[in-house]
Amino acid sequence: MMSSITARYWREIPQRYRGEASKSKKTGKTYFPPRLVEPKNGNRQFEPVKLDYEGNLITYTVIRVAPAGFEDQGAYALGIVELPGGARITAQIADCPLSDVKIGMKVRVVFRKIRDEGHEGIHCYGYKVVPA
Amino acid sequence: MRDVAVIGVGMNKWGELWEKSLRDIFVEAALLAMDDASVDHIDSLYVGSMTPGLFIGQEHLGSLLADYLGQCPIPAARVESACASGGLAVRMGWMDVALGVSDIVLVGGVEKMLDVDGGAATYALATAADQEWECYNGATFPGLYAMIANAYQAKHNIPFDKFRKQLAQVAVKNHANGLLNPNAQFQSKVTPEQVMTSTMVADPLRLLDCSPITDGAAAAILCPLEMARAKFKKHSPVVIAASGAATDTLSLAHREDIAYLKATEVAAQHAYKMANMKPADIDFAEVHDCFTIAEICVIEALGFFEVGKGGDATLEGATALDGAKPINSSGGLKSKGHPVGATGVAQVVEVAHQLRGEAGKRQLQKARIGLTQNMGGSGGSTVVHIFKAV
Repeated sequence: MMSSITARYWREIPQRYRGEASKSKKTGKTYFPPRLVEPKNGNRQFEPVKLDYEGNLITYTVIRVAPAGFEDQGAYALGIVELPGGARITAQIADCPLSDVKIGMKVRVVFRKIRDEGHEGIHCYGYKVVPA
Repeated sequence: MRDVAVIGVGMNKWGELWEKSLRDIFVEAALLAMDDASVDHIDSLYVGSMTPGLFIGQEHLGSLLADYLGQCPIPAARVESACASGGLAVRMGWMDVALGVSDIVLVGGVEKMLDVDGGAATYALATAADQEWECYNGATFPGLYAMIANAYQAKHNIPFDKFRKQLAQVAVKNHANGLLNPNAQFQSKVTPEQVMTSTMVADPLRLLDCSPITDGAAAAILCPLEMARAKFKKHSPVVIAASGAATDTLSLAHREDIAYLKATEVAAQHAYKMANMKPADIDFAEVHDCFTIAEICVIEALGFFEVGKGGDATLEGATALDGAKPINSSGGLKSKGHPVGATGVAQVVEVAHQLRGEAGKRQLQKARIGLTQNMGGSGGSTVVHIFKAV
């Protein structure tokens, strides 16, 4: 596993820690991460918004064979969540027994530690979702 | 544009090729293709390879492979579109010949995946997903396809037990076909029970729902159809009737419909239009079954079966060697192996063998028009080609 590049980690803090997104001035749709061009219509006018943190789980899985950096987290649920405004995020589903995870469940985005990185065990933070 | 023919194909047995290097396996396959075509030189080279930099610490493959193939100073390029790199290399070579820039072009694919351990290979493959917004949060490739599978099952409201059997049948069929392919990595039959009780990787996908990690290469020689007819008469020519390619969002989350492979539909529609054909005209196809769910979604997006009915068609035997629409007669990625950059070119090798009537024990009865579909990442890119015996 290549370690995260310091500048890249720092650059993504506004999204990972604070859910900073962009809202199209043309369609009103929310994009996360923010984009410079809106797909299909070419719009370049956006306003910064914060993600609305309650949404629906639209699909999920349980990762049984974890990738490097996640080995100590055992089996964990990972899903795609649709938030108001149409933004979608891929996130772990925490604080929920694996057998209770269901498509359509209401979830809320929370700030969590994602993993420890490298030999130094540096904490990497971001978002997960929990049952709402 | 000139019509383009495939005049030679080559691949070696795939698997865990510890004793051979990337350049060895590529040159072996390329020489087989050149010998098959009876050519001793090529005008240009396109090689599909997803990430030799991560797998063996080597970039600049165009020069390396032109050199070891004894073909310097021809122009050469590595082509990358994750697991669709091979298919895209075929498309680049087709363009080169069709546009009249080169006459004899070698299109190849290669990946040497076993020089690194499983963790490093998993990491390298995951670079085909969105590193910042999928992998950072713990996504894996089986995990992404598992989310497609669960979304598909929910969308089409298929009872889980039935869905589980549909997935298993893809693996059972492709292993049965691979048993008849001497070049396949796995020469082993699997039963539905074995698939459905194998180790869970990412629910609902189990180990035997996943294609393996493989070392391998494949190659094909292209030239103008007119030249094939005049100079290369060893085989009856196989013509490239169409080439189509399309992209979709890299992140699965951003697809309009997570349970549908839109890029595959778009690439196929371009190809059908170019060939002036419809899905019913295709006799057989080699498709990208990196996971069992992928084959079900792909055969629907190609228009072979109604959306939501690909699993039923598979269970009913429609995609078997003796079915109405044989899919992956080679064994597919599942059984033949999946050296990512080589996969799209190996599909062409199988189609050429079938169209020429040289597929041995797995020869299809009706093989006049064949299609290949090669897909990158979780469906973010797709390349489709249609081939015709003329």
